[in-house]
Formats: sequence, C-alpha cells, structure tokens
Amino acid sequence: MCQVDEEYNEQLEKRTVPSVSQRCVKCKEGTAALIIRAGDAFCRGCFKDYFVHKFRAMLGKNRLIFPGERVLLAVSGGQASSSMLAQVQEGLSRNAPKKLRFTPGIIYIDEGGACGQSMEEREGVIAELETMFRATGYPFHIVHLEQVFDLPISVLEAVSSAPQRPEGSYKAAVEQFVQNARVKGSCSPGEGHMDPAVLDAQIQLSHLDTQDLANGTPPSSLQHQQDLERLFASVRTLTAKEDMLQTLRQHLIVHTARTKGYTKVMMGDSCSRLAVKLLSNISLGRGASLAVDTGFSDQRYGDVIIVRPMRDYSSKEIAFYNRMFGVPSIFIPGLDTKAPEKASIQHLTESFVTMLQADFPSTVSTIYRTSEKLHTARPPHSSEMETVAKCLLCLCALDTKEAEEASAFHATLVSERLSEKRVPESAQVGSASTADTVGQCCSSGVGQEGGCSSRGQGCCSSNLTPVTPDLKSLLCYSCRLTIKDMTGVESLPPYIVSEAERRHRRSQMKKEISEFLLDDEEDEVAAS
Amino acid sequence: MAAPIALHLEFGGGAELLFGGVKDHQVTLPGQSQPWDMKQLLVWIRGNLLKERPELFVQGDTVRPGILVLINDADWELMGELSYELQDQDNVVFISTLHGG
Ligand SMILES: [Zn+2]
Ligand SMILES: [Zn+2]
Repeated sequence: MCQVDEEYNEQLEKRTVPSVSQRCVKCKEGTAALIIRAGDAFCRGCFKDYFVHKFRAMLGKNRLIFPGERVLLAVSGGQASSSMLAQVQEGLSRNAPKKLRFTPGIIYIDEGGACGQSMEEREGVIAELETMFRATGYPFHIVHLEQVFDLPISVLEAVSSAPQRPEGSYKAAVEQFVQNARVKGSCSPGEGHMDPAVLDAQIQLSHLDTQDLANGTPPSSLQHQQDLERLFASVRTLTAKEDMLQTLRQHLIVHTARTKGYTKVMMGDSCSRLAVKLLSNISLGRGASLAVDTGFSDQRYGDVIIVRPMRDYSSKEIAFYNRMFGVPSIFIPGLDTKAPEKASIQHLTESFVTMLQADFPSTVSTIYRTSEKLHTARPPHSSEMETVAKCLLCLCALDTKEAEEASAFHATLVSERLSEKRVPESAQVGSASTADTVGQCCSSGVGQEGGCSSRGQGCCSSNLTPVTPDLKSLLCYSCRLTIKDMTGVESLPPYIVSEAERRHRRSQMKKEISEFLLDDEEDEVAAS
Repeated sequence: MAAPIALHLEFGGGAELLFGGVKDHQVTLPGQSQPWDMKQLLVWIRGNLLKERPELFVQGDTVRPGILVLINDADWELMGELSYELQDQDNVVFISTLHGG
C-alpha cells in the first residue's frame, strides 16, 4: 500500500509537468497544444499561422493557378478535402498582398451506390453537404457515381493542353489582375473582383443544379443504379473495386470540370494519404505513373490540370486544425470501412504505413519526399503528346510495350502465354480472358513494334472480332490487373466500351491502309 | 478509494461507427483505489462502450495507430499519453484519420 501511494504522488507530479512547462517552440510563450510532424510542439495560435501560411505558400511556390482562373474543389466531405475548402475560403477572404485570386467551385461525387448505402443515407449525406457548401457561397455540383453511365466517350481523350504560358507570365497576370480589380474600385473583400450580380446569378445557378435532386427525385434513374450495382458486383476483389471507383470518380470530376468551364481541379490528398497511395500504387503495378499520381500537379488530362495543395499536411495536422477551428466535415462510409486489415492492397498499405509511422515518426515524410523526387520523362514536343498512346482508363502513358524485356509486364505476359498453351480452351471458365490474350497481340495499338510478328504464333492471321471488346491492349499494366479481376467487361459503362471499340477500329484501319502509306521514317529520310 | 469520475468522450472521423454511430458519450467511471489513467480508460472503453471490431480501435494496450487522441483539446502526446491521470470532467476525443474510418 505504502508503495502504491508513493507512485501515486510521483505520477501526480509528472502529470503536471508537461501541461505547464511545455511551451510553444515558435513563440516560446503559448502553451503547447500539439506536436506536429517535425516533432515540434506548437501553441494554438502559431499552429494556425503555420497551417494557413503553408497553403498559400504551396500555391505560390508552384505558380500554377492564375488569377481569375476557375478552380473546381473536389470535396468528399472528409477531413482533408473539407480542410482544403476552409483554406480556400480563408485565402480568398483575406485582404492581404498574398491573397488567393482564383474563382472556386465545389464538386462532390456521391459514391453511395457503389458502397452499398441506402437511398436515405445518401440523401441525408447530400443534404448535410449542401448546407456546408451553401455556406461558402461558391457554386457547387453534386454528381452521382451512377452518372458514369451517361458519360460521353470524349472523357477518355486527353485534350491537348492549352498553349503553354511563357515563363514570367504568372507575375504579369497577377499584376494585370490587381490593376483590373483597382479600376473596378470598391470590391467587397469577400468576393474579390467578382461582380455581385454575377456572383448572385452563379449561386442561383448552382442551386438550380442541385434542386432537381433535392426535391425528392432519386439521385439517378433506377436503371443506372442497377447498372452500377452490377458493375461493382462483377469486380471480384476489394483491391480492384477501389481502383475502379477511383478511376470512375476521376472521370466524372474531369468531365464536370470541362463542361462547367473549370481549368483546374484541386484534390485534398494529404501527405499521409499520398504516402499510402505511393506505396500501394507500386504494389498495384502503377510504378510508371507514380509522378503524375502523387505529384503536386497532374497534367494527364491536358486541358484540365489536377493539383494537390494539401500534400504538405499530415493527416494529424489536418484533423487537429479542423477540430480546433471548427472546420466541418462528414464521415461517409466507403468501400473499405470496417474492413479487415488485409481486405485490399490499399487498405493493408495504409495499416502498414500508419503502424510504421507510430514507431518511426518520420516514415510518412520520408516516403513523401521520395515522391517529390520522381519525375516523368515527358516527350520534348507537345505535339508528340497526342501520338503517345495513353491508357484507356487512367490516361497515363502506356507502359505495356513489349519491347522492354525486363519489365514486370513482360514477365506476366510470358507466363500467361505458357499457361495458355497447357490449358485447353474448353477448360477455361472465363473464356473471355483467353480470347483477350490472343486478340491482344493482333490489335496492338500499343507497341508500334508489333511484338507479335517476332514471336510468330500465327495469331495475326486470324481475323478475330471478339464480342466483348478487347480492352487489354488499350490498358496500362495496372488497369489490366483491375480488369482482369472482373468477371466480365460487359458491365462497364458504355463510354468505355465504345471508346475501346473506336480505338480498335482506328488501329485496324491504320493497319489496313499502312501498306499504301510511306512510313514516317521513310518520310523523314525523303525530307532530309 | 478515489471517488467516481465523470468524463465526456467523443469519437470522430469514422471511429464513431465502432460505437453504434454515436459520437458523444457522457460516462462515469466507478471509484477505485488508484486514480484512473488513460491505459485503464482504454480497457474500460473496450469492455463497456465498443460495439464491434475491437481491433479497429485498440491494439495492444494503446489506441490503433492512425487514431488521434486529444485530452481537453490538447494532443495527448503532450500529456503523457497512456499514463495521463484522468480527472473529473475531463474531455477525451478520439479522431480516426484512417481512410475507411
Ligand atoms: Zn506559439
Ligand atoms: Zn491505366
């Protein structure tokens, strides 16, 4: 008993020590409220300054968003993207020289249909988000995942990027913008340069956008709801489901940005999230696309550029900021909610990284810094961009040229062919996969080198017209794996299937007329 | 024998799903010979509040990595974490920063 009492006293003393003596490392005065990534203790006030400054610094450093440009904020309702929305509000309302000067809008993708949420749950979430978005005064777009079944095939085309603005034009644009604002005179601090009438009209428009949904109409047709259910039911693994969801969501965001006139999209990926994404993408075979998948800016869509301004914040900083400064966010159950650790590659990677982070606090920042060092080898001329074959689904450069003998893709292909020889076709249950591999080397719109002619399996002679389009040859290594995890491709949205058919027809035609054309190389020789 | 203490517990960021979807909990811990600390609170939560999947909330004798803990609105890393001695009317918040909650 005596001993217990002694310990008790000792602990009491220990307990009072940290809360009194831990001072903020920045101002040396305030009481520390949290320990941030670097291991430094910050007080509430200094933490706020640090957090707010970091956002503007990130945008300022990269000089990608021009004044007056329309920027679509992808808000999922989660902590990071809600925090991003709050930072945009903060940055736009500020009457400081470093004020942000773009024109924001908000997009929310309702994924409830893929995650098994009931209609009531989805409507509840949307109502809550609408209140949150309306409070910002920005136009907002609520898009349902079911709408992928109405997407046009143009989504899958990377529009050649707008003419590159010359170096130094950023500064000129800012100056021009500031001058224009001055000429206009008394602009309200909240809306920056915007004409109040225009703003009003915009807000009303955005309400119109969502009104037909709010008034009890189901988010989408029953047909599309079933289509979506069928699509996700046909994906066998959670890993592939998550990847598919990510792909479709991205298509909807880019399409909305294009049709509503936005030229940039802001995504709320934190550095914790990006560290997980980086590692899981390596496991998923997306190594070749790491730079675009996790970098500050992602130009794969050409005319719409994705930026990730939250990539300097850890999820801890974000959660603390939201909590301390009352930033609202909503938790919406996703595909992996309450899933066991090993349910998917993405989920397992997240557990791995957070576990490592708990013992080695520099884990995330180390992985994150690695991602900063990655660059894509971009074709020197922008005109070449169009000729570089892109993956049908993720629009990254195709990494599936057979020329690279040492690639993982090549190894898979070889083993696939070997196993194919042994198994008689009738034994293959999902016979679509066999047809795919055979068809693949013929309709190769991928490797200009052809690949199949050298191997001489005689498949080129067969005039194969598969009922379901052969997607494989149009996909990058990673997207192939996802499609492979599907029981069939018939349930894919029509725009994907149609675009696949179109590309096949085009490459077929190219092949047919190629005999009558001079080779590019011959052309060049003749010209020189 | 210390007197029973009343605490306000909050769960957020998806952690509330393991507690029947309820975010706020007003609880009273029974009196015991030693004062309550965070380590004991976690055991108590596991035994009395958690509705399902305890491994998604506690791992070993601490919280699952990725779940942040705030005691009276300050980072528990500044307060001695598991050894923090709880006081009557303390406010303890658990926020999941994990993707699926
Ligand atoms: Zn301070
Ligand atoms: Zn791809």
